Amino acid sequence: MSSFKIFDIVGSGLSAQSVRLNTVASNLANADSVSGDPSTVYKARHPVFQAVQAAVGQSATASDRANGASVRVTGIVQNNAPPTERYDPGNPLADQNGNVYAPNVNVVEEMTDMISASRAYQDNVEVLNTSKDLMLATLKLGS
Amino acid sequence: MALNLDTYLGVHADALKLQSKRMEVLADNLANADTPGYKARDIDFRTAMANTGGSGGAPSPVTLATTNPGHLGTDPTTEANANLKYRVPLAPSLDGNTVDAQQEQAAFADNTVRYQATLTFLSSRIKSLMTAITGQ
Repeated sequence: MSSFKIFDIVGSGLSAQSVRLNTVASNLANADSVSGDPSTVYKARHPVFQAVQAAVGQSATASDRANGASVRVTGIVQNNAPPTERYDPGNPLADQNGNVYAPNVNVVEEMTDMISASRAYQDNVEVLNTSKDLMLATLKLGS
Repeated sequence: MALNLDTYLGVHADALKLQSKRMEVLADNLANADTPGYKARDIDFRTAMANTGGSGGAPSPVTLATTNPGHLGTDPTTEANANLKYRVPLAPSLDGNTVDAQQEQAAFADNTVRYQATLTFLSSRIKSLMTAITGQ
């Protein structure tokens, strides 16, 4: 029995949420990066989370179940929604029609995503602190 | 009469293992709070505890018989895995995730207090044993 597996689980949660915060930061930083070409404009990025574990009951081995489920980021996908076209002939990046293309980043969505990620991160930190305290108390058992 | 340490520590050693396992399961749930399709789980503590031979509740009809000293007994961790159940979701989200962060936090806090209580019980047992050994 490994008592320290919980730290792996929490660590995977922390790193997953931190990847999510990174993508939010990247999306927000590029929210106004316009381009003159719709194919080169920045596209919003979102991480895809997956539980590292087969569902209980379906092809889950005993060791799989005993190992618990941490979380991993299987990839970062780009949002393929079309960029916003804006008429701005004064912009040096504008194409011959005077249009620029703004990224498909929804700032409000990103902000709420950031709050959600931040709360989830705090949850994981709290779990880490509590379990660390409990482990230390267990080590000092009887003294 | 020889002192058997296993029975001396009583139900608390098993309880500690189960609670530590439950802590992991709840940490799983919180780590996967945003994973699409993840189903929150928890341990049926009463049944798992009863199956380890502790007095946690009604005895389970299905227990492993240990008729030979070589047989594996009912280890709390095995029991915990066998009694891992999916949580009944209060408000499942559209992506199939059934983790309710508040519920999990509450369960985690509950488990923490129980873990500490078990530690206190164990600690006091060990302390009284030390008193007997050192005779002071």
